Amino acid sequence: MSGSMNHHILSVLVQNRPGVLARVAGLFARRGYNIFSLAVAPAEQEGRSRITIVVDLDSAPLEQITKQLFKLIDVIKISELDPRRSVERELLIATVRAGTEARGAVLELVTIFEGKIIAVADEVLTVSLEGHPDKLDDFEDLLDSYGIVELQRTGRVALPKLDRGARLRAVN
Amino acid sequence: MAETRPDRITGAQALIRALEHEHVELMFGYPGGCILPAYDPLLDSEIRHVLVRHEQGAGHAAEGYAHVTGKPGVAMVTSGPAATNLVTPLMDAYMDSIPMVAITGQVPTAAIGSDAFQECDTVGITRSCTKHNELVMSPADIPMAIRQAFHIATTGRPGPTLVDIPKDCLIAEMDWYWPTDQEVLDSLPGYRPNIKGHPRMIKEAAKLILASERPVVYAGGGILKARAAEALRDLVELIDAPVVTTLMARGAFPDDHPNCLGMPGMHGNATAVTSMQKSDLLIALGARFDDRITGKVDAFAPTAKVIHVDIDPAEQGKVRKPDVPIVGDADYVIREIIREIRARQAEGATQADTSAWKSTISGWREQFPLTYEMSEPGAALKPQYCIQQLHAHAPEGTIVASGVGQHQMYASQFWRFNEPYTWVNSGGLGTMGFAIPAAIGAKAARPDRTVWAVDGDGCFQMTAQELVTATLEKLPIKVALLNNSYLGMVRQWQEMFYDERYSEVFLDSSNTPDFVMWAESMGCAGFRVESPEEVAPTIEKANAINDRPVVIEFRTDAAEGVFPMVPAGASNDDLILHPSQQDRAAALQEER
Ligand SMILES: Cc1ncc(C[n+]2csc(CCOP(=O)(O)OP(=O)(O)O)c2C)c(N)n1
Ligand SMILES: [Mg+2]
Repeated sequence: MSGSMNHHILSVLVQNRPGVLARVAGLFARRGYNIFSLAVAPAEQEGRSRITIVVDLDSAPLEQITKQLFKLIDVIKISELDPRRSVERELLIATVRAGTEARGAVLELVTIFEGKIIAVADEVLTVSLEGHPDKLDDFEDLLDSYGIVELQRTGRVALPKLDRGARLRAVN
Repeated sequence: MAETRPDRITGAQALIRALEHEHVELMFGYPGGCILPAYDPLLDSEIRHVLVRHEQGAGHAAEGYAHVTGKPGVAMVTSGPAATNLVTPLMDAYMDSIPMVAITGQVPTAAIGSDAFQECDTVGITRSCTKHNELVMSPADIPMAIRQAFHIATTGRPGPTLVDIPKDCLIAEMDWYWPTDQEVLDSLPGYRPNIKGHPRMIKEAAKLILASERPVVYAGGGILKARAAEALRDLVELIDAPVVTTLMARGAFPDDHPNCLGMPGMHGNATAVTSMQKSDLLIALGARFDDRITGKVDAFAPTAKVIHVDIDPAEQGKVRKPDVPIVGDADYVIREIIREIRARQAEGATQADTSAWKSTISGWREQFPLTYEMSEPGAALKPQYCIQQLHAHAPEGTIVASGVGQHQMYASQFWRFNEPYTWVNSGGLGTMGFAIPAAIGAKAARPDRTVWAVDGDGCFQMTAQELVTATLEKLPIKVALLNNSYLGMVRQWQEMFYDERYSEVFLDSSNTPDFVMWAESMGCAGFRVESPEEVAPTIEKANAINDRPVVIEFRTDAAEGVFPMVPAGASNDDLILHPSQQDRAAALQEER
């Protein structure tokens, strides 16, 4: 589950060079820091990637983690995202048991959460949901009562919240 | 000079030319399949290449070179087993912040990932023991990769870098170019070491220093890296504070200076250790609060505020939370602190009274000098005596390299270091076998200096083959081999903490090997010394030999222990004094 108090989000801008992910992961492994989730993809600028890391602060103080990370030559910028001042998103896809009796209830759940049905078979459905990780947690809990066959979450991505005027358009 | 036609050269030629552009005069290495192309243009270069006998030797020699010059040491080896042989020196250099550039051959790009002959994932293996490493995938990238490697190795907190070059990139041609400084900076947007230190923190530091009644300057290896020995001395003399020099900082402040308390830590002297414990202000300069210094962290210097000057932001607060963190170059920051103190004094500020502290410290120094008992006639030599005699007969400017073990601690304790860059040792990693190859690197860098390697019988057997290198390359180092027939340091732990149950520490090296014969077979002069009267004359003989390396085997007392000692994990308050001083231990806890 994602909502622990001891998790903190680091948004790490890196040079998109071979091995950069191995460097980041290796650093966490070597220094005994725990990664809760990790998402990587190219960033807005050519040649840069953004890595969103949710770190488990039970393993080390955040300050040490960021300072050690910043020593990696390929790391350009690290932003610590306070969950209260950032927007977070994650994608979940799950194949869930939905035989004739359960199917209606599962469909209803997907509708309530504004998720999508992405594949249908006799006994199972594959559904997707994009949203705040907490919302995904709730959805996952509820789905579980019908029987989750397979599930994959992307790990969260996050950006700082915009200032007030712009934020009005953002729905959580 | 219009450069219209591109200068077509091979990647190998570009590599050697890049090294020349980086002012490399000397490198250490060992050829093999994948790096072969690079050894051809080397024949036409001014760069001197020292052919070692094992790649670990190349790495430690590069470190020794870097230790005494401050310039990056360069080691070049082939792929696979050669690259893995370099791992220990890379880690050693990483731990001790030694600038070093390693160049490794790699299998051709098309073969990477296929488990080709002598393929290994060199960048993967060395990722956590280099400051940065890079696998070059095109000959055109070689000059930039080399420039980055030198830039990163020598700036900020120095450290080892590695450039892995596939064979086809060495063979193929490229258009030579040499990146500008700006291009190098632009290629490393995330790398901007902080030099200057925060002005507010510098002010804060000056304020704390002037207010402290029990200051201690805790000088670490960063002083040497920053070439800040002179600034350190100015600061110490300005505030008249006692100084401790860590194992990595021996020589950064003269042992003969009245303010120098010598080495703190696990085998530090009682005054150096206790002064930190009782201090009200630790002025940590280029030091990293290593566990060998702090002992049990929670009990370390409990009453002290801490000013921590370090160029590596990650060192701030890693072990001990500083009251005044200053991220910057030690030389620059110390000078700024001096300027600030002077400015305050000019405005009428005065320094707190440190006289009680000084008299407490001089009381400790009188009662707790480093000490040992002379050997009985006919008994084995005392290792401390050998070190003192080596020092007494050493010409000025002598460089000492050391292995790891008891002999290292005796050397650090009983040699008097009065000049920076005269002590070469493996501090952070504690690499047995470091002494001989590191001494060779130091001698290659400073042929005018006498270079003594202080070695143990265990260490010697790990890297002695490099004495062949020393002989053939005309690098006449001298080796003082303190042969106690044991892995002495481990034996001491078993004696003290495992009820004298000696397990696998007896090397039985009084007959096998015959060190004198071994030395002679490698082209060295070899001597064996068994009694105190022979010590000085043999050292003099060794000092007179300059056409080949010398090995003196001193037969030393296996039962001798290194004291004082803070057992691993114990508080510095619980240091174990030399047996002859244990009756007065209470004096260390008395306040004056
Ligand atoms: C490569 C390596 N292996 C093992 C050790 C653990 N170790 C530390 S000191 C020591 C004994 C060294 O023996 P010797 O060279 O004879 O020196 P002495 O302590 O007897 O002076 C050992 C085994 C080490 N530091 N490095
Ligand atoms: Mg020994």
